[in-house]
Amino acid sequence: MSETDERIARWLETNTFHHSEFWDMQELVRAKQEAGLTISLCIPTLNEENTIGKEIIVFKSELMDRYPLIDEIAVIDSGSTDRTLEIAASYGADTYLSADILPGHGFKSGKGENLWKAIYQLRGDIICYVDADIKNIHAKFASALVAPLIYRPEIQYVKAFYDRPLAVSDEVRPSGGGRVTEILVRPLFSMFFPELTALIQPLSGEYAVRREVLERLPFPIGYGVETSHLIDLYQSSGLDAFAQTDLDKRVHRNQSTTDLGKMSFGILQSFLHRLETYGMAKDLPELHGLFRQFRAEGRRYEQVTREILEEERPPMITLPEYRERHGR
Amino acid sequence: MARKTIKQGSHTTLLAQREALRSLREILFANVVMAGEIPAPTGYERRITRFLSDRFTECGLDNISLDQAGNVAGVISGRTGRRNLLVAAHVDKIWAESEDHTVSVGVGEMGGRGLADNSLGVAVLATLPLILDELGIALDANLILLGTTRSFGRGDLRGMRFFLENSAWEIDSALCLEGIELGRLSFSSLGMARGEIVVEVSRLHDEDALNEAASGVIATLSELIEAMLEINRRGGPDTRLLIGSIESGSGYSVPPRQGLVRFEIRSLDAGHVAEVEEELVQLVERFSGREGTSVGIEIIARRRPGNLGLEHPLVREAGEILAVLGVESRIEPSVSELAALLDRRIPSLTLGLTKGENRHSPEESILLDPIFDGLAQLVAMLQFMDGGDFTF
Repeated sequence: MSETDERIARWLETNTFHHSEFWDMQELVRAKQEAGLTISLCIPTLNEENTIGKEIIVFKSELMDRYPLIDEIAVIDSGSTDRTLEIAASYGADTYLSADILPGHGFKSGKGENLWKAIYQLRGDIICYVDADIKNIHAKFASALVAPLIYRPEIQYVKAFYDRPLAVSDEVRPSGGGRVTEILVRPLFSMFFPELTALIQPLSGEYAVRREVLERLPFPIGYGVETSHLIDLYQSSGLDAFAQTDLDKRVHRNQSTTDLGKMSFGILQSFLHRLETYGMAKDLPELHGLFRQFRAEGRRYEQVTREILEEERPPMITLPEYRERHGR
Repeated sequence: MARKTIKQGSHTTLLAQREALRSLREILFANVVMAGEIPAPTGYERRITRFLSDRFTECGLDNISLDQAGNVAGVISGRTGRRNLLVAAHVDKIWAESEDHTVSVGVGEMGGRGLADNSLGVAVLATLPLILDELGIALDANLILLGTTRSFGRGDLRGMRFFLENSAWEIDSALCLEGIELGRLSFSSLGMARGEIVVEVSRLHDEDALNEAASGVIATLSELIEAMLEINRRGGPDTRLLIGSIESGSGYSVPPRQGLVRFEIRSLDAGHVAEVEEELVQLVERFSGREGTSVGIEIIARRRPGNLGLEHPLVREAGEILAVLGVESRIEPSVSELAALLDRRIPSLTLGLTKGENRHSPEESILLDPIFDGLAQLVAMLQFMDGGDFTF
């Protein structure tokens, strides 16, 4: 067994949790209060009227009213044209338009932009991000992610995963769920950051992070945000800064292969930029953002091009407005 | 009988309670979502009764128990405990485990299978201890909260019947909770017989004869249904023979070997139910004589009619409470748990908690704001029941 294998095995043993380990909510709330922590829940949205109401109701009921674990629930929206914000507000969430936060820095369209602006807008020592498209929402989608941060001060960043690798006779089922993970990200991690392959669902949109980590991370505004976070924190703090929690099952809308292609292109851009930043790849050509796909109509083939630019926001701590608002 | 009625009490209290309950909105709605997303087909209710018992435990109820029928009960002990009041909601749904139980939440409404029948009832049962807490209400009577199993179809109210036959509690009066329809005055239960008629191809060794007989299954079903519709037409205004579903065949070109008709006879008069049942038995005997097919009938559930009477104090109070809340009331007999309670001469009502649409369809939905009328109605009824001894 190589040293990497051993480190991964040890990390899986100590830093991989199952949500059922955190069933005692009273104890979790007590530990949170004892640690003097505040926790913000951020749901980034763009046209999520079908699922947002349920998420707000469940989180507010279970994690604010019954057990005061979460101190604020905020929806940060990229400009929905449906009733997302109206529904979220009607069930008691704080709602913000991403464009209205730090207006002097403009607005860029992308989920990463909302996540970045949440660091400025929200007050919590811990920010827990949860995607808005979860059909089978449950309080554990937040509580079981913040719990390792409450109980283990050395952990900085907790990711969710959903489908456990399951031993079936002598076959091991891959972690499942993420096609982009298995086809793109895991091969790249295996090659360049093998320890990060221990994260079973590196692209999951549910994770909880300490503020002092988030404020120091640059934020790609698009598809590459999660991958970049993992690489940047890994480079600065190593695998032990991470943990992951098994949430059993997540039901969400399925994306088309075409959309996954765009996602992969964005992730690849961010990944290659990170390789350059860390001096791990030399003489890369200048990276452009033109993604080419094709569609067929009978025997006629048509090129479809799309500009996917993975712009980045700087670490929030570099903004004077942020340092003033949060006393940094 | 020393009782306070809504007329003597304060209308404003009732309306103030309704408004105060809005502070529990997210907790109640979350309970609806969670109860709604747990599959609970009749006979497979363990997960939803676990959900209820967890909620009862969190609220600190006494004597939380699961009985042999799978019912879950919890008790809020009363100040004197001289009476025992029962609030019950059936926990099973008509939907199979494999169906999508996702609940969607919009502005002012929720949608999803089984929300009206009976996830909302279950959620209100789970929230009732907090509701009473929020309003600062402590009853003199013991309040037994009961989630009952096996209500639908072949379940035949087995959960409620088991509880009534075996529970140590003597119930003085009871309320059954149903998601919809707010405003219902359900104080009577219809006489009912529910059953199935099965048409089958007899054992034939000759393939041609077999195919001919199989082709006859559909024809026999068709004739049966026509004859049943005729029985229904003759049945008079208070008696109904309802054909709920038919099943036969699985393709385009293969004659079916079996056919099934599910039916229900309903009447305010137990004698009429028995008469229609006898007509069906004779009908089946007539068809059974045909060569190559056999026809059988099985009654899978029965209810005896019961009626508390429009003038009963519980019924009058319920009507007055609805009037104060500005909800139009209407008389609606029941065939659910109320029947088992009335059968044992326990003064009981079924309350509807909100308004909704498309009951028993995949598009089932409930309105959220009227739920607070339903909750205020429930609380006011409990306070009224707490203050009096009622006879059947």
